[in-house]
Amino acid sequence: MSDIERKQIIRLKKLSKKIRIDIVNMIHGAKSGHVGGSLGLTDIFTSLFFQILKHNPENPNWEERDRFIVSNGHVAPLYYSVLAHSGYFPVSELSTLRKLGSRLQGHPNKLDLPGIEISTGSLGQGLGVAGGMALIAKNEKKNHKIYCSIGDGESQEGSIWESAMFAGHNELSNLIAFTDRNYIQIDGNTENINKLEPLSDKWKAFNWNVLSANGNDFEEILSVFEKAKSEKKKPTMIIFNTKLGFPVEFMDGVSKWHGTAPSDEDAKKSIEEIEKYYSKFEL
Amino acid sequence: MEKIKNNIFEKPDMLPTRDGFGKALLELGETNEKVVVLTADVSGSVRTNWFADKFPNRFYELGIAEQNMVSVAVGMSLENKIPFASTFGAFITGRVWDHIRILLSYSQTNVKLVGTHTGVTVGEDGATHQILEDIALMRVLPNMTVIVPSDFNQAKKAIIASANFNGPVYIRLGRQKTPIVMAEDAHFEIGKSQILKTGNDVTIVACGVLVYEAILASRELEKIGISAEVINMHTIKPLDEKALLESVNKTGAIVSAEEHQIAGGLGSTIAESLVKSKPVPMEMVGIKDEFGMSGTSEGLLTYYNLRSKNIVESVKKVIKRKR
Repeated sequence: MSDIERKQIIRLKKLSKKIRIDIVNMIHGAKSGHVGGSLGLTDIFTSLFFQILKHNPENPNWEERDRFIVSNGHVAPLYYSVLAHSGYFPVSELSTLRKLGSRLQGHPNKLDLPGIEISTGSLGQGLGVAGGMALIAKNEKKNHKIYCSIGDGESQEGSIWESAMFAGHNELSNLIAFTDRNYIQIDGNTENINKLEPLSDKWKAFNWNVLSANGNDFEEILSVFEKAKSEKKKPTMIIFNTKLGFPVEFMDGVSKWHGTAPSDEDAKKSIEEIEKYYSKFEL
Repeated sequence: MEKIKNNIFEKPDMLPTRDGFGKALLELGETNEKVVVLTADVSGSVRTNWFADKFPNRFYELGIAEQNMVSVAVGMSLENKIPFASTFGAFITGRVWDHIRILLSYSQTNVKLVGTHTGVTVGEDGATHQILEDIALMRVLPNMTVIVPSDFNQAKKAIIASANFNGPVYIRLGRQKTPIVMAEDAHFEIGKSQILKTGNDVTIVACGVLVYEAILASRELEKIGISAEVINMHTIKPLDEKALLESVNKTGAIVSAEEHQIAGGLGSTIAESLVKSKPVPMEMVGIKDEFGMSGTSEGLLTYYNLRSKNIVESVKKVIKRKR
């Protein structure tokens, strides 16, 4: 790894620490929200907003921007935090999450905040929207990419597979989707509830280029996105292996932490664990 | 008063409203390069094949995957296109309703949904395809505009108007050839109803195929000394409350007529409005909480009591209720 890359990763780590602390505080303050997926996906969203995506918070509708659709809208606390730290709206507004009159709705609303391409929250809808954007960009020979975040539990929705078939059929190589593969949904483990495996084979069978990486490791995240960007023929699905609530260990693998707000004590403990995790690195 | 065709009592011209959609798209293809067309495996039936032949680069065949079709249309609208997504009314409304609720209605995207093959006039395909609930499903969604053109000429104008209108729109069309009521040069404006005949004793408000039946009914009523005002309420939402109120202030009684469930349809929409401002005796002609069935289009209109004679009976009833 070069010095520059090392510096980039240190910068991303510092940002991701702030974002994780935001997430815990926001959801604790709101007394509801989805903490597990938000924490687990933090390294990926941080990589996207502060390294991978071409975007301009001063001009959210910049035509050449990369598009990013958050199909799993319940990770709104994470989404809001990366948007705010990027400069789309004041960081001070994060504490209004889920409160009456706030622009930070429980699930993201396109009309409320700059930087949100489409309202999501009802699962299975974002991938098709991303596909429509990708097909237009492909036909018009535009250079930007279309990214789409989906949950693993979300992949039980039928319309994900309608959209998967569509993107494969149309060879949307400018579309890069990724799955938050933490195996946890509200009622338990995905494999006990409605088996997703073999998940990579499913996407391959739908004519996608399939990659996988550790979604809680910046080096792996950055390199897998670079690889995805060079794909010329098929849409890419990156299966990111993540841990629910990472790096808060008491949340790992516990389905309750998909959608439960931490109590005062849980919040304190979560932040301690986050601080402990980051103290291992020289930041 | 808006101009209607002068041959409707003798030998009306017959064309399906879906043809009006197909013709309007051909026009839009020439005049508006932002217009794109999406279809779910029924391009011949919904008449988007005409556009596809002429503008293949702006036509998208999505296969039998309606939820994806509507989501893709939304993505295209975000790229500054004006997408018309079309299939049979049953499959573009009910089947996709949650996607429509979030991606069109809540997000206020500029997508046009066109449902052909609506109502019992679908005919032989039967109940599964004869959607009678689509007006209700669409009009209950905030920010949604709902249009039910009366005939071929009006369908064509409604499609062109909706392309020039910013926001989500549902346009309800039919399969069967039906009488052309509106003149070629009749005006059309979204949200502005049209008086087709003035009268003093009762207001008949209709949409879609039933506009023709309402006109026939008004002529029968004339013969027995009842003067009916006929309104073509082509836009269900936003409802032209002003015109409605003006008419009932004069007539004091109203009959609604539609090829749709009474629950949630045109009749309900009117009742919700008038009960606040000017409650008058009202009767509703429409489908009474039941499904359609196989048969000919003409046979089914008669079977389900959607004919001019049914409107006449309802008018007589409502007039008796006037004080």
